[in-house]
Amino acid sequence: MDFVNAIILLLNYIFIPALTYGSQLALGAIFVTLIYGILRFANFATGDMMSFGTMATILFTWYFQSLGVSLGVLPTALLAIPFGIIFMIFYMLLIDKFVFKYYRNQKSPPVQFAMVSIGVMFVTQAVVRIIIGPSDRRFFDGEKFIIKAREFKEMTGLNEGLALKSTQVITIFVTIVLVSLLFWFLNRTKTGKSMKAYSDNEDLALLSGIDPKKIVLVTWVIAGILATIGGALYGLDKSFKPFTYFNNMLPIFAAAIVGGIGNPFGAFLGGYVIAFSEILLTYAYKKFFMYVLPESMEPNSLVQLLSTDYKFAVSFSILVIVLIYRPSGIFKGKVL
Amino acid sequence: MRKNLNVIAAYSIMMVLILMVGIFQSWNIALSIFNLCLISAVMTMGANIQWGYAGLINFGIMGYTALGGLAAVLISVDPVQEAWRAGGFDILMSLWLIVVMVLVIRFILKRFEKSKIRTYSIAAIIISGILLIRFSAEPGIEAIEAVDPAKTGFLGGFGLPIIFSWIVGALFAGGLAFIVGKVALGLRADYLAIATLLISEIVIAIIKHEDWLTRGVKNVIGLKRPAPYEVDLQTTDWFIKLVEKFNAGKLSVIENLADRQAALNQLVIEGSSVFVKLCYSGLFLVVVIILLILTQKALYSPWGRMMRAIRDNEEAANAMGKNVVKQHLLIFILGSAIVGIAGAMLVTQDGLFTPGSYRPMRYTFLIWVMVIVGGSGNNFGAILGGFVVWFLWIEAAPISLFLINFFTAGIPETNALKAHLIESVPYFRFLLMGLGLLFIMRYRPKGILPEKIEIK
Repeated sequence: MDFVNAIILLLNYIFIPALTYGSQLALGAIFVTLIYGILRFANFATGDMMSFGTMATILFTWYFQSLGVSLGVLPTALLAIPFGIIFMIFYMLLIDKFVFKYYRNQKSPPVQFAMVSIGVMFVTQAVVRIIIGPSDRRFFDGEKFIIKAREFKEMTGLNEGLALKSTQVITIFVTIVLVSLLFWFLNRTKTGKSMKAYSDNEDLALLSGIDPKKIVLVTWVIAGILATIGGALYGLDKSFKPFTYFNNMLPIFAAAIVGGIGNPFGAFLGGYVIAFSEILLTYAYKKFFMYVLPESMEPNSLVQLLSTDYKFAVSFSILVIVLIYRPSGIFKGKVL
Repeated sequence: MRKNLNVIAAYSIMMVLILMVGIFQSWNIALSIFNLCLISAVMTMGANIQWGYAGLINFGIMGYTALGGLAAVLISVDPVQEAWRAGGFDILMSLWLIVVMVLVIRFILKRFEKSKIRTYSIAAIIISGILLIRFSAEPGIEAIEAVDPAKTGFLGGFGLPIIFSWIVGALFAGGLAFIVGKVALGLRADYLAIATLLISEIVIAIIKHEDWLTRGVKNVIGLKRPAPYEVDLQTTDWFIKLVEKFNAGKLSVIENLADRQAALNQLVIEGSSVFVKLCYSGLFLVVVIILLILTQKALYSPWGRMMRAIRDNEEAANAMGKNVVKQHLLIFILGSAIVGIAGAMLVTQDGLFTPGSYRPMRYTFLIWVMVIVGGSGNNFGAILGGFVVWFLWIEAAPISLFLINFFTAGIPETNALKAHLIESVPYFRFLLMGLGLLFIMRYRPKGILPEKIEIK
């Protein structure tokens, strides 16, 4: 019985939260990696673009709520996400037209692109803060829990409860669907294949008649979808605050690089690598050992490898180690 | 004279702007803007050495600034004897362990051939070492943090004058840059940017959470000052006489003696804070001028020419027998050390150390905007960038408030849109910075004062 309790404990505090957080990071990391692979620059505006998409979603959520439209047990935001995506794509294309296009035509070095994206970051941050303000916003409605900890205890008679939030299930479900669709698109359709070709060798792709304008357009559309959904899911699960989104850019970058930048599947897995290592290394295992070990061997301390304050530092350290020993990432991205 | 006309013009315009703030707002605001402009100028000089001279991206400016600030704390705060007694031994033991660990790793690296076993054994040593240090330092850290946590709860510093910390801050930052450079300088440009950004976040995380060393988010306040205190000045005779002399015209108009005394008191209070700020301005100006002379000398020396050669064509410089890796490391350390000085200056001026306030927006990206806008590769440009961008950063709110009021003059105060816009005035600075950066990058990619190399 104690063993089952221990498993439930790990599920509740490590596995499910890490899977949720990892999914949110994975979506962002695929966004970074696509931009890097096809448009060839490190987009420092990632976090803020995600916060822009989330902001649009929140505004539509409020609008629907004021109209009295709702999805019952599901959050209204799910209805608003498609509209948010349209706004996000529109904004990204606008930025691309007025900012990035010029440097693409000039064939500027990636560093210059990165600097320009910092300008975009400042502007986007200002736009988001001016429109919706810098404060914390919760826009979740509908049923909060699928299984409550107390109900679970009563149901199974175990000591440990398992709480399953609906946002966690939604996040994981949406991520799986979206990522499968994306990989199907990239690997099976003609446009997807031409995107891959463009990413591998630009000149060769142009020679074989691939239209670069179309590639760029499709990339931004996919980026808009990923950014908005990733951001909105994070906002639903936790809360929306522009500053947190800016900070999330860092673990997202870490995930993209750990997975091998330019490689979408690597970025997808990288998100989970980062999330699991953050949570595994900062979780206090005292209770787990209390269940597993006999009473005489119970630990006195918290059995915590690192304090939770270092959560971010863990993912960054992993990134630094990967960068030093295997700059192309665990799953071999672009050779840089 | 002729060819430097645009430099002189740009700096004169900047000075006139700051003087205008002094005349229309207040001298206090003008001087605090000026002081922070000077500190920003030091930071931009550091970033400019790395980016402008050598083409190295360093997005870790925040980390070096914070280390400089930490140096100010460790140098100037009096040691907390009780904390040393409570946990000093454990901390010293842990430091000793770290040294032993590093030495062992160095020994292994030197003695054995590169192999899988070597890599794994080094990893094992590091992991077990971290665990060992963690468990051996734990009681000491807890004991130190328990010593009067409301006031101290940390080891304190050396109790030296804070001015020394400007040098120590440079050493700290240079030391960190040495480690970072060894690790990350081989990376490609945008990877280096991300790596340095993340390493600086790790540094901030450590400073924020190692309370025994830095007091963490509890902040250290009331640091010593290199300048006199306002309260002391207000009771000093020569200062009151000085203020009286300066404002003789204004005071003589007032007939009533009591009124005149009251007016004088008011002037003394205002004057004292202006005087303190002027002291800081003087100190900072000295630093800026010394650094400017040194960096200009370096830029036109054979070493500077070599750096530019490496920047413009690494392979060619390598083929000419220049040690690119070593020079990159050197310039990375030098630039970061200058940023460290700025960090210590900043904490000196504020008189407090708040680890929670180090955010990449303000301490990394804003500094980069300054370098790009001012003109990378040109020291005068970098300094000007520091001035212009900091001035706009501070004055953006009043300017945008004025503009909003101007354009919505016809709309009544109760209009929701107008009220919302006025409420979000503080965020227009981000917009201004972003647009400024984008426009400069597009239409004047070399900055306001572009790099201009003349062979003398």
